[in-house]
Amino acid sequence: MSRDSTASLPAGLGRRDFLAAASVGLSGGLAGCTGVFAAEGNNVNIAGSSTVFPVTEAIASSFSEQNPTVNLSLSKTGTGGGFGNFFCAGRTDINNASRSIADAEIEQCGNNDITPIELQVATDALTVVVNPDADWIDCLTVEQLREIWRAGGATHWSDINEEWPDEPFELYGAATTSGTFDYFNEAIIGEEENHRSDYHATERDRTIVQGVQGSEYAMGYFGFSYYSENPDSIKAISVDDGDGCVEPSIQTAMNGEYTPLSRPLFIYVAKESLEKAAVRDFARFYMKRAATDLVSEVGYVPITEDKRDENIEKLKAAIEEVTA
Amino acid sequence: MAADTGETPADGFGRVSRTKDVAFRLLALAATLVGIVSLAALLLNVAVDAVGWLDWQFLTNPPHPNPYEAGFLPALVGSIAIMLMIALVTFPLGVGAAVYLEEYANDGYLTRFIQLNIANLAGVPSVVYGLLGLGLFVGLFNIGYGSVLAAAFTIALLILPIVIISAQEAIRAVPDSQRQASYGMGATKWQTIRNVVLPRAMPGIMTGTILALGRAIGETAPLIMIAAPTTVFGLPNSFFSKVSAMPLQIYNWASYPQTEFQYGVVAAGVVTLLVVLLTINSIAIVIRNRYQQRT
Repeated sequence: MSRDSTASLPAGLGRRDFLAAASVGLSGGLAGCTGVFAAEGNNVNIAGSSTVFPVTEAIASSFSEQNPTVNLSLSKTGTGGGFGNFFCAGRTDINNASRSIADAEIEQCGNNDITPIELQVATDALTVVVNPDADWIDCLTVEQLREIWRAGGATHWSDINEEWPDEPFELYGAATTSGTFDYFNEAIIGEEENHRSDYHATERDRTIVQGVQGSEYAMGYFGFSYYSENPDSIKAISVDDGDGCVEPSIQTAMNGEYTPLSRPLFIYVAKESLEKAAVRDFARFYMKRAATDLVSEVGYVPITEDKRDENIEKLKAAIEEVTA
Repeated sequence: MAADTGETPADGFGRVSRTKDVAFRLLALAATLVGIVSLAALLLNVAVDAVGWLDWQFLTNPPHPNPYEAGFLPALVGSIAIMLMIALVTFPLGVGAAVYLEEYANDGYLTRFIQLNIANLAGVPSVVYGLLGLGLFVGLFNIGYGSVLAAAFTIALLILPIVIISAQEAIRAVPDSQRQASYGMGATKWQTIRNVVLPRAMPGIMTGTILALGRAIGETAPLIMIAAPTTVFGLPNSFFSKVSAMPLQIYNWASYPQTEFQYGVVAAGVVTLLVVLLTINSIAIVIRNRYQQRT
């Protein structure tokens, strides 16, 4: 027994060393806490639309390769979720948005002394898709779309056109927190009617693709980039806004023919956050890259160079105002 | 008549029991195989998918929407940082609680109540811990949503009950005669715990902690609840940096439109996660075995 206790004595010292090391580690951590507020300027926090996410991701990735010390976080929260829970609450520096900021959101930001600066970064085309086996349909008018997606509207395909099958719709769409939902609601449903609520709502576009692939009588809508990745497994519907059927493509969105389902995509930068060097650098970097192929590779339509120059000017003015 | 009734059940008993015996053996074998075969199939499937994707560039690049440029570095480093913090928090807390409950506390109603609570906490779903972390660390203590500290503390709470229970069992397994011998030598309670109980119990405590850490590295739900960002670029530069973890990044990639992401990149991430998990486990097992030999 006595041998036992002498044998374990060195082990006891070892543990004491461990405790000492742990306390050094912890006090180092506490020191880190105080140092953190100095290092805070090296973070860029971004939340918002899942539609704009791939654009920001591509730009953040190449920014990060040049500035590896900057900690840049990017979340998918939906446009409204991003404004309400993060951006206007002062938790993020930049919000991805697939629609313009709403008046209520401007007010909420104002209450927290946050001034949003709007910068358009790309153009998106919303795409309505059906199962490739649904051979009866190629084109829908805006009125027909509204009838399908409004609350209390049609329930069966035959309600829209008597020659179509007498089967109920199976509808997949964006969740209400999503900018895609807001945009579809505004462009197709309008203010007098409400978007129906008895559909499969999701923030994950993949779920919509899977749902539409799974049923001949399904229909869904999401951003064009997702369709351009899966053009064979689902069928895009052309939209007739009174001037004949226009099929969704980068071309028709850029020249403005694909109405009303093409839309601008934005990022909103908090003017106050531009005081941080990392946010300034990232915003400048973003604006320079927004008119390049990087955007079309993701599946959106890049902004024109005039628009880009306008953005750069806007940003420059805001930066001067903050740093002056 | 009497002989008949005596024989038939005996025969029937013998025959039936032998068939049952064989059948049960096969059933048990099948039950074993289901686990092993499905695990092997999963590993093989993932490993085959990951071939050509899991390369140096994948391990050292930040994420990217193009699957051929996508990398795992920030999530990898984030996960390791969270793990280290969790180990640093749970080990002293877990062992401390176990030592108190086993060596100091009286066997009263209060102790039994605490014991019951710890046992129940071990079974609480991880989402609930996520909510607790959101309310406590992000809301009340305001240490930043999705930060390294918030993530580590939340998951540490999640695995603490497991660590405590396994440490308690290891301490309980130390023979009482050794404690009595130590007291007999004139040692105080503190000396006894330090020199006799803890060294004896350490291998068991380590095993429990390792298993708990293995669970912690795969946790995703609590991280989603504390609003850990979907993707992070650049490495965490402070305890308050936003952090992403490997399972979260894998989950995110699984939702990308390109099939290259859904198969290749996700598989490469899964293999990396498994390799890191096995590495942490084997390092800990080596340390444990050293300890076992020394005492």
